Amino acid sequence: MPDGTIAKLPLLEGYESLVPDLVGAGIDWVDGLRREGLARFGELGMPGPRVEAWKYTNLKWIERTEFASGVAVSQPELEALPPGGLEIDAIRLVLVNGRLRPSCSDCDSLPAGVSVIALHNAVVDGLDGLERRISEMACGHDMPMLALNAAYLQDGVVIEIADGVVVEKPIHLIFVSLAKDDPVAFHPRNLITLGAGSAATIYESHVCVGGASYLSNGAASIRLEEEAVLRHRKLQNESAKAYHVSAVAVTLGTRANYENYTLHIGGRLARNEIHATLEGRGANCSLYGAYVGQGQQHIDTTTFVDHAVPECTSREVYKGALDHNARGVFQGKILVRKNAQKTDGHQLNKALLLSEGAEIDAKPELEIYADDVKCSHGATAGELDEEQLFYLRSRGVPEAEARGLLVTAFLEESLEVIREEDCRDTFREIISNWLAERCEQREA
Amino acid sequence: MALLEINDLRAEVDGKEILKGINLKLDAGHVHAIMGPNGSGKSTLSYVLSGRDGYEVTGGEVLLDGENLLGMSPEERACKGVFLGFQYPVEIPGVPGTTFLKTAVNAVRRYRGESEFDAMQFVKFVRAKAKEFNVSEDMLKRAVNSGFSGGEKKRNEILQMAVLEPRIAILDETDSGLDVDALKLVADGINEMRSPDRAILMITHYQRLLDYVVPDLIHVLFEGQIVKSGPKELALELEKEGYFQFFETAA
Repeated sequence: MPDGTIAKLPLLEGYESLVPDLVGAGIDWVDGLRREGLARFGELGMPGPRVEAWKYTNLKWIERTEFASGVAVSQPELEALPPGGLEIDAIRLVLVNGRLRPSCSDCDSLPAGVSVIALHNAVVDGLDGLERRISEMACGHDMPMLALNAAYLQDGVVIEIADGVVVEKPIHLIFVSLAKDDPVAFHPRNLITLGAGSAATIYESHVCVGGASYLSNGAASIRLEEEAVLRHRKLQNESAKAYHVSAVAVTLGTRANYENYTLHIGGRLARNEIHATLEGRGANCSLYGAYVGQGQQHIDTTTFVDHAVPECTSREVYKGALDHNARGVFQGKILVRKNAQKTDGHQLNKALLLSEGAEIDAKPELEIYADDVKCSHGATAGELDEEQLFYLRSRGVPEAEARGLLVTAFLEESLEVIREEDCRDTFREIISNWLAERCEQREA
Repeated sequence: MALLEINDLRAEVDGKEILKGINLKLDAGHVHAIMGPNGSGKSTLSYVLSGRDGYEVTGGEVLLDGENLLGMSPEERACKGVFLGFQYPVEIPGVPGTTFLKTAVNAVRRYRGESEFDAMQFVKFVRAKAKEFNVSEDMLKRAVNSGFSGGEKKRNEILQMAVLEPRIAILDETDSGLDVDALKLVADGINEMRSPDRAILMITHYQRLLDYVVPDLIHVLFEGQIVKSGPKELALELEKEGYFQFFETAA
């Protein structure tokens, strides 16, 4: 512990006495990982303006909140799945406060070639390659929350899809946060591996039960081997007291294809961070998403796309609509390394500010060391088009409804990455429902 | 009672008076044309009638079926039966044409106390209208006016008028930017919409449109006032002599 003060943070309350009871205590690499995480978090502290990567998203003001550690408290009962998640026909895996609940999950009816195991069990069983898979998600640079996640390594899920297996039915990870009376913090770590030539669709729904505040500090490491395809779609629909931090590291092998779509509609503060490393030739990475915020919501999308080898493609389109005093952050960086010739990378963030108090901070960055590349980035912020609004109203459409139509149309572009019409409709409907509720609130 | 009655209407844009006391009466079943040089206030008049922001009415009244429109929101006017055909129809990427039409038609039906169309009823209704007004299925599916040719945009305006069935249609330079074939199609659409229950106010620069849609009366708008009214032959006279006579009078 380089700095004695950090241990006094309520967030780390009772950490030392907790550690011996965590899974894998006594296993060298597990102890080492936790120790290193704690030390790193100690050096960096709670993220705030002094850490460059967290310039616009300040977690300092929750560092005094007394979050009980989700790994220490007894696992609460879950009466029923809360509403608000994606409604899709899928293989269901339910995680409550980061821990896999086999009783609510379809663990027994997995298709051939798909393995699902709780991280906890993977550690106990000494799952092959686990140490390597966990350790490769580096918490070297400015990622204090990832370091904190490592310090509390305990829960999460390990999904492995064998070589050549095409999983027809989507897998739906339902993350339920349960914070009934007191604030809770939990730090799930998920590992997803797709073998060569395999393909899968993974959905995530993040929903919650209870009125207390919580910190969900998740991390996921995703590896796509040669020619693997993963369609990864996430809905974050949490309460106004939810703090949601998520770091995803994706590694793409040769001609692998990773598609991510993230829709954020609820939560007090959210940070969705994705690091994609294109390390096999011809790999293709698409990061798309939409965020809608109101009240005091703070929504941060941070992406880092690392073109490490030649002939890879990356596409990013994020669209946000911010009302009231909501604040959006977009930080997107594309790095093209020296030998990554023939890179084709594009990035776009567009924000719509629906009221005077709304704010967007955008920081697009290109860092290019190769000389034969096609790269671009763009960031815009604007208001609704008055001409379009008048046109709709002149046809009898009430103002609130006209605004809703235009906001939906604006966000539509982010949905392009989803090719299946029914899935796109699911997300589209969630967006329009959000807008309809907003209209009602405005009229009330 | 006239369907539309404009009495001493005055309006400003950015503090500059554009309409300087307009008087006009339009009966049901009639078509009037307003002609005038650039900057005479033609488009301002259309926007003031439809309630666009930024056009400040400083005096007078506009009565639709005896009810004052001024002070109503654009959507309320539309529901009462005011339709504005835009000189430059607005492109709305991302909003499919059918979604737009259904939202508009149902908003108006709701206001008028009629039951809203469900998806099936609407499709049936709009397909029949689209066919009648030369709008293709493809145009309906595409985003509103996005990437439409000039002719398609204007035909789309006429279709909107047809589905909304207004009391008064104000058509702002509906003929602009159209070749003769497109003009004829649009003019056919307007003639189709002529009805004993409806009045049409056509705003135009040129006499060309009036060959196809023959008005009952023509008004000349000049420097914010109607300076002359007359039968359809007035258009021919204006075509030949231009608006110079009014400039001279003004000088």
